[in-house]
Amino acid sequence: MNDLPLLPAEAMASFAARGFLRFDGVVPEEINRQFLEEMGDIDPPRPGQKMRRTYGEMLARAGVPQTPAGVPLAQAYPDGSALKRLLDLPLVAGAIRSLVGEDPVFDHHFLHVTFPPAYHEASGGENVSQHYHQDSTIDPRRAFDIQIMYYPHAVTREMGGTRFLPGSHLRKVSEAAIARYQNIRGQQHMVCEGGTLLFLHSGIWHGGGVNVSDRTRTMFKVRINPSRSQVRQFDVSTLKPQETQRPIFYLKGPLPPSVEQILMTPEPWHENDTSRLELLNRVKLWRYLTGDPDYDADYWATRLETLADA
Amino acid sequence: MLRQKVLVLYLANSALDSAVVGWSLFDGTGRTRRMAGDEDVPPYPTGLHALYDGWRLIQASPLLPHARGEEFDLAYLKYEFLFEQIVETRR
Repeated sequence: MNDLPLLPAEAMASFAARGFLRFDGVVPEEINRQFLEEMGDIDPPRPGQKMRRTYGEMLARAGVPQTPAGVPLAQAYPDGSALKRLLDLPLVAGAIRSLVGEDPVFDHHFLHVTFPPAYHEASGGENVSQHYHQDSTIDPRRAFDIQIMYYPHAVTREMGGTRFLPGSHLRKVSEAAIARYQNIRGQQHMVCEGGTLLFLHSGIWHGGGVNVSDRTRTMFKVRINPSRSQVRQFDVSTLKPQETQRPIFYLKGPLPPSVEQILMTPEPWHENDTSRLELLNRVKLWRYLTGDPDYDADYWATRLETLADA
Repeated sequence: MLRQKVLVLYLANSALDSAVVGWSLFDGTGRTRRMAGDEDVPPYPTGLHALYDGWRLIQASPLLPHARGEEFDLAYLKYEFLFEQIVETRR
């Protein structure tokens, strides 16, 4: 396991700050093809058939195992299956190890298919996007799960790829309570080539897009829990200690690239005041990931932790 | 017949003339069907611009004190402003 390509500090900092890492076209075409063959064909639209039934029949036929929650990830998929081969890719295994540590645990998986307009017309239903939501339920942990979104074929904007909001992962909300938010500045839509992977922090706000193309869109999601430590699991040899705190506010020019620069970059949707709390919460997450209880960036934590009577 | 259109703007702070960071539109006339992810550019730069365009403010989120021990917890978008337009329609 030690020769896995672990994530460098900059990638980990980006994940801590923004809650996602995207790897475009990294799954070999041969695995993509095998996965789609294992999933099987999707029936054409049938007049009067409800989408729930179409979906249910598709899930029943697809070659995805019905796996109990809580089993070791290493045992979740049969040897030789496309998903086992995908998870064993060095880049994938190294990223999983970096983010959730050794012996990760399978939580659940799902085959997400968005259907083109013809299916909705046949069913008499409405073709709409999925509301924004945060998966699972209110999660007060500092620890986090990851969700890998796998796009086995190319996704165009018309196909309604996953929409997600970078940097939303540290907000503690209750699943679809955020559904009122239709659009948020800085949101991203997955448009990608086949074999692309999107690693998400489990707190990221997201939703499936509406498919207005003429073909189905397939995405496979697997949620993975840590079972051991998430501390210093990435390539810590790339971690450069901060000699001093960076100067703040009064700057004569841009500061050089650094982990601090990554952690302190706000998102377009940040509110003026809570943006500072977002930065502070990123510092706390970085302390957790690096095992350094004194870490700070741009003095946000130090200022609050300096007691006048200490 | 009269129908209501509801615009929800999420602003960068509690001032109505601060920048729009999130937005939703629910059209009771049925002429448009807005949904999540359908627009990446805000309809107005600030809440004030919505007033210039004839939207009537009907609700603003209150400013609440921060509970001790939970000062750094973040959850929902903080500065929510609801607007309406009453529109004549034949539906």
